[in-house]
Amino acid sequence: MSTQLTPILSEFWDAERSWTLETYEQHDGYRALRTALAGDAADLVAAAKESGLRGRGGAGFPTGMKWGFLPPPDGGPRYLVVNADESEPGTCKDTPLMMAAPQFLIEGMIITSFAIDCHHAFIYVRGEIVHVYRRLMRAVEEAYAAGYLGKDILGSGFDLDITVHAGAGAYICGEETALLDSLEGRRGQPRLKPPFPAVAGLYARPTVVNNVESIASVPSIVMHGADWFAGMGTEKSQGYGLFSLSGHVERPGQYEAPLGITLRELLEMAGGMRGGKKLKFWTPGGSSTPIFTDAHLDVPLDFESVAAEGSMLGTRALQIFDETVSVVRAVSRWTDFYAHESCGKCTPCREGTFWLKQILERLEAGRGRPGDIEKLDDICDNILGRSFCALGDGATSPITSAIQYFREEFEEAMHTPWQETFPAGRNTLFAKESQPA
Amino acid sequence: MSGTHEREDMRSQLDEASERRVHHSVPGHSDDGPLHHHTPLHASEEPYPEDVLAQLVADGEQVIARYPQKRSALLPLLHLVQSVDGYVTGRGVRLCAELLDLTTAEVSGVATFYTQYKRHPNGEYTVGVCTNTLCAVMGGDQIFDEVSEHLGIGHDETTEDGRITLERVECNAACDYAPVVMVNWEFFDDQTPESTKELTDRLRAGEPVTPTRGPSRVCTFKQVSRVLAGFPDGLADEGPGAGTASLRGTLLAKEKGWTAPRPDSGTDTEATPEGQAGGRAQGQYGSVDADANEPDEVPTSEGVKDVDETKGDER
Repeated sequence: MSTQLTPILSEFWDAERSWTLETYEQHDGYRALRTALAGDAADLVAAAKESGLRGRGGAGFPTGMKWGFLPPPDGGPRYLVVNADESEPGTCKDTPLMMAAPQFLIEGMIITSFAIDCHHAFIYVRGEIVHVYRRLMRAVEEAYAAGYLGKDILGSGFDLDITVHAGAGAYICGEETALLDSLEGRRGQPRLKPPFPAVAGLYARPTVVNNVESIASVPSIVMHGADWFAGMGTEKSQGYGLFSLSGHVERPGQYEAPLGITLRELLEMAGGMRGGKKLKFWTPGGSSTPIFTDAHLDVPLDFESVAAEGSMLGTRALQIFDETVSVVRAVSRWTDFYAHESCGKCTPCREGTFWLKQILERLEAGRGRPGDIEKLDDICDNILGRSFCALGDGATSPITSAIQYFREEFEEAMHTPWQETFPAGRNTLFAKESQPA
Repeated sequence: MSGTHEREDMRSQLDEASERRVHHSVPGHSDDGPLHHHTPLHASEEPYPEDVLAQLVADGEQVIARYPQKRSALLPLLHLVQSVDGYVTGRGVRLCAELLDLTTAEVSGVATFYTQYKRHPNGEYTVGVCTNTLCAVMGGDQIFDEVSEHLGIGHDETTEDGRITLERVECNAACDYAPVVMVNWEFFDDQTPESTKELTDRLRAGEPVTPTRGPSRVCTFKQVSRVLAGFPDGLADEGPGAGTASLRGTLLAKEKGWTAPRPDSGTDTEATPEGQAGGRAQGQYGSVDADANEPDEVPTSEGVKDVDETKGDER
């Protein structure tokens, strides 16, 4: 095994009261902020660009470049909004990070706000993780008490307030413009772009929207240098990230590693497939990224390599399914999700996801009709690239990729319900205790 | 005012229409079974008692003060309404509208968009079983079916004693602990049908239950709603920092002696760009854009464009 883990954000999650400011400061916390405030804001933007840090929320857009898109200050407010609405199926990295060590995010937000001349920053956290919300509010409270937030931070003359805002249950609010509408107290529906948030974001003011992990990575870049960060990972996908293994592996969990690590390496660290079963399919970055199979075990998990194989690195949410799982059942359930979460704003997604759902329901029941597979592909073709935001695109990913790799299972679904070939419950977490394997 | 009445009427019609749609869109929901009786949003017409109203208005003003524009307070205010009424009531909608200078239609439009806002009285505890693909395969489907049978209620229905509302929930960002059950949005990891049924029995018996990753006890729906409105309940320091799965990489690295690379000298200021007086350390990395390294660079749209081109990134 060549690649090793690089615990940075996850380094002290096992510490006693790991979430407190005290623990964070014992692990070099807020040293980067002092360095940043003593320097020039423009240098911070440059360092972010130079580090090669790319958005950790899925799209992989260069973070420093996003900051650089803001127009020059005009005297009016500019905002930083952290997207903590982690809801992409399979994605479970920001939640443990914010629960175990929320100060990484707070320090990163202060540095970023200083870099972009923002004086009021927001964390939009999904409302369904209430203990994380408690920890974030507490982290902000501690940071105020220590003088890291508020007026004249550490004597620098820089002022910043942070508001932690809880959502109310809507996957679409992970889309950055829908998130902004939601934060403005509206239905969370995506906006037409352009204008991009950098020009007209929150309250139509210049706004940077970044993922939790992106912002949490900023202090390490400031403290150790852009070169240090860029020295990890691959040529165009620099740095480290949390890889979340879930499903049929022996030891599911969070593994922080340089980008470019492979599933084979990660599986070895995680003790291999559960019960020694065979890997059937997996998602590299959540359900919106086209599925991979056991043929992709050695694909470096970086933005370029995963894209070259026809999928997306996404959020590094590696959902692992073994040979006992029906791909038709899996895809149908994901499609239920997209139909449920489609915001209804644009026609291809609103109508298309419901058509897809209906077809997949009858395929699950073994009552497919001739032409159904082609119809699925055709509907996907009419959603992909034609919907308002990426939700519609994401809805097509599992379907088209599953048909590509497992067409025979969809053909079987013309006459055979999935349960007959893949009895449910054969590899649940509790299969051993509650029923025969 | 007749205009207001017209709006109200239209709203209730829209509500009914959208309720029907919401029902059809629920994954796995069977339309054959008994439908939960949905109380319309305007059901609660009786005004708030004076002291309750005074507290709501005072809290509401605190919420509003957190935001540069007051409409942003709407989501937390709706959580606040639920913390008093147990769901989004008509009087709650009117209160939000008054506090934020919105129409009741605007408030209802928002309240009906988000799944955490309940449109009929909610149980004291929402038991949400994740039935998105991964959890479903790992046992979530079986858990939901068995718990549903055990309680005698389906999705979005409440036990007669008012204790438990059962829900299928979407991915709750805890996939490494699948199958996951949420009780009032606290994590119950690695569940089995037996453990979840026992959990519901304890909740119905009024016994305290402790989440896997959360405070020492699960709060009621109303109490949690108040937290979601942004009023801390003092429980942040309870519970673990991380669960077993979250720690696997951290502990494996310790065991193997793996650490992240450290800058050469170990004295951080030397290696950071900010530590370089009057200039910047030149990156050794091939794809670093030299122009962006200028210490006096201020982000302008022109400068950014240059970076964009030299970086060659598409998005």
